Amino acid sequence: MINEAFSYDVAHMLAGGMLLVSFMLLYQDRMYGLLNVFALHAFVLSLSVAWEAYVNQSPHLYITAAIALILKAIIIPTALHRIVQRLGIHRTVETSVGIGATMLVGIGLVALSMALMLPVTDAADPLARQDLAFSLSILLLGMLMMVTRRNAVGQVVGLMSIENGLILAAAGAKGMPLVVEISVAFSVLIAFMVIGIFLFRIRERFDTVDVQVLDSFRGERK
Amino acid sequence: MNLLPFNSLIAILVVPLVAALGLVALPGYKSTSRLNVFACFLTLVFAVSLVLDRPPVGTLLFVDDLSIVFVILNTLVGFTTSIFSASYIAHELDTGKLNSTYVRFYHATYQIMMFAMNLALVSNNIGLMWVAVEMATLTTVLMVGIYRTPEALEAAWKYFILGSVGIALALFGTILFYVAAVPIVGQGLDAMTWTLLITRVSAVDPALINIAFVFLLLGYGTKVGLVPVHAWLPDAHAEGPTPISAVLSGLLLNVALYAILRFKLLMVANGDAIAPGPMMIAMGLTSLIFAAFMLYPRRDIKRLFAYSSIEHMGIITFAFGIGGPLANFAGLLHMTMHSLTKSAIFFSVGQITQVKKTQNIDDIRGLTVSHPVLGWGLVVGVVAIAGLPPMGVFMSEFLVVTSTFANAPWLALPLTFGLLLALGALLGKMSGMAFGKPSGGLGPVEASYFPMVLHLSLVLVAGFYIPQPIVVWFQHVAALLG
Repeated sequence: MINEAFSYDVAHMLAGGMLLVSFMLLYQDRMYGLLNVFALHAFVLSLSVAWEAYVNQSPHLYITAAIALILKAIIIPTALHRIVQRLGIHRTVETSVGIGATMLVGIGLVALSMALMLPVTDAADPLARQDLAFSLSILLLGMLMMVTRRNAVGQVVGLMSIENGLILAAAGAKGMPLVVEISVAFSVLIAFMVIGIFLFRIRERFDTVDVQVLDSFRGERK
Repeated sequence: MNLLPFNSLIAILVVPLVAALGLVALPGYKSTSRLNVFACFLTLVFAVSLVLDRPPVGTLLFVDDLSIVFVILNTLVGFTTSIFSASYIAHELDTGKLNSTYVRFYHATYQIMMFAMNLALVSNNIGLMWVAVEMATLTTVLMVGIYRTPEALEAAWKYFILGSVGIALALFGTILFYVAAVPIVGQGLDAMTWTLLITRVSAVDPALINIAFVFLLLGYGTKVGLVPVHAWLPDAHAEGPTPISAVLSGLLLNVALYAILRFKLLMVANGDAIAPGPMMIAMGLTSLIFAAFMLYPRRDIKRLFAYSSIEHMGIITFAFGIGGPLANFAGLLHMTMHSLTKSAIFFSVGQITQVKKTQNIDDIRGLTVSHPVLGWGLVVGVVAIAGLPPMGVFMSEFLVVTSTFANAPWLALPLTFGLLLALGALLGKMSGMAFGKPSGGLGPVEASYFPMVLHLSLVLVAGFYIPQPIVVWFQHVAALLG
C-alpha cells in the first residue's frame, strides 16, 4: 500500500488543482475557452474522486468519477460547444465586472472560506477537512462567476463548477452514503438545463436570458 | 393489523409514482384528469390513515407527529388542486394554450411532484430529503415553463438557476452536517439518519453545525421564498399555469420550511450551537416587510398574490423563530391557514384570468357584479389572507402577535407594521377588482367552484372553532418543536 502522507499529498494536489481551474474559469473571455476549461475542471474532479475511491477503498465512488468524466468532461462540454456554434455567440463572454476586480474578489473569497472552514473542522478527518475548505472556495468562486456572467451558458458553466465543488466535498466526507445518488441527481439537473436550452428554443431568445433583460420581467409588464 | 404487503407510508409514495406511469401511458384528456384526481384522493386517504396506524421508524422513511401534519395538508391541497386543475386545464385545451401532449406531460409531472414532496416530508435521511426537494424543484420548473411563452421560459429559467444555487447551498450544509456527525454517530447511513442524529446531536461539535445551519437556512430558504433569496418566486407564480401557482404557494414552500424546521430541531437539541431563532426571525421579518411594500406597485394579479405568499412565509418563519409552545402553535396554524387560503385565492384567480383573459389588475373590474360567486370568493379570500376577522388567518396572526408580545415585545412593532401595510395593499387592490362597473370578459365560468368554496369554508370555520383533537395535536407538535 502507498503510505498515508503520499496519498494525502496527491488528494491535496488534485483538490488544489480544481481550485486553480476555478480561477481559470473566472478570466476566460471566449466561449470555447470557457467550455474547454470547464471540461478540464470536470476532468480534475473525476481524477480527484477516483483517487479518493482508491485511497478509501470505496468502489462506489468510481461510479461518481465515471459520471464526472463521461458526462461533465465530455458530453456536456461537447453539447454546449455545438449550441454555442449554432447560436454564433462564441466570440465574447459578457462580464459585468472587470477581470482584475473579479480575480481580487475571488482571492478574497478563497481566503474567507479557508478562514471559515479550517478552524471549525479540527475534529474531522484531514482529507475531509481540506476537501471541505477547497470545495467551499470552489462553490463561492462558482457563484462569483454566475454573478459576473450575463450569458446563460456562462451561468450554466458557473453552476456546474459549483456542483463539481460539492461532489468533491461529498466524496471527501468519508463513508458518506448517497454520494452516487446525489451525483446522479445533479447530473439529471444539468442534463435538464442543456436539454432546456435545446428544446425550449432559448436559441432565438438567447440574449434575453441575459440577466439584465430578465430584470425587466421582475417588474410589471404593461 | 397490517393486511397489505405495504403500509400507508409506502402507499403515499407508491400511489403517485404508479399514477405518473399510468398518466404517461393513457391517452385522452378526460380519463387522465380523472385518474389524476383519483390518485390524489387515494394518496390523501392513505395520508389520513397514517394518524391511525403509524408505521415503524425505518432507516430511510419515518413519520412523526410533525410530519403527519405536513403530509395531510400536502395531500389535501394536492387533491383539491387536482380537481381545480381538471377544469382549468380543460379550458386551456379549448382555447389552444396547451395541446394534448403537454397535458399528458402535465398530469404525469403533477404526480411526480406530489411524490417528491411526500418523500421529502417522510424521509428520515437528510440526504434523501435533499434529493426529494431537488426533484420537487425540477418538476415545478417544468410546469412553470409549460406554456412556452417567452415570459414563461424566462420565469422557468430564473427559477431553475436560483433554485439550483439554493439547492447547492443546502447540499453543502447537508455535507457539513454529515461531517460533523461522523465522529459521534459513525460513518455511513447512520450519520444522516434524522432519528439517530436527534438523540446524539448534543455531543456533536457545535462550531461545524453552526456553519452548516447557515447554509441550510439560506439554501432551503431560497425555496421558502425568504428575502433576499426570493427573486424567483413572483415570476414562477405569475407565468406558470394557475394550479401550479396554488401548489407552489400552498405546498412547496411548506416543504422547504419543513426541511428548515427539521434542522432547527437538531440545532436546538445540540444545546451549545447558536440559537437558530434569531436568524429565522430576521429573515422572516425582512420578508414580511419587504413583501408588504412590494404589494403596492403590483399590476399583475398573480404576482400580487405571489408577493403575499412571501409575506406569509415570512410570518410563519418568524413565528417558528420566536419559538416556544404558543408561537410554534401559531406558526403551525398560520401555515395551515395560509396554505388553504392562498390556494383558494389562486383557484379564484385562475378562473378570473380565464374569463377576463388578462392578468392585469387594472383591467379587472366589478367582479361581484359580473361573476358573483367568483367575485365574492375573491373578496372572502382576500379578507382572509389580509388577516381580518372572522377568518382563520386572523386567529393565527393574532396568536403570532400575542406570542411575540410575550417573548420579545419590541419585535411586535415591526411585525404589526408589516401586517397592516400588507392589509392596506391587499384591500385596496381587491376593492378595485371586486366592485365598480364590470369590465373585460363577461363569459360564464366553466370551472368548478367546489375546491375554492371548500377551502374558504374550512378557513372560515377555523376562525370560530377548531376541533379539539386538532388543537391537542398542534399543541403537542408545538411543544415538540421547542
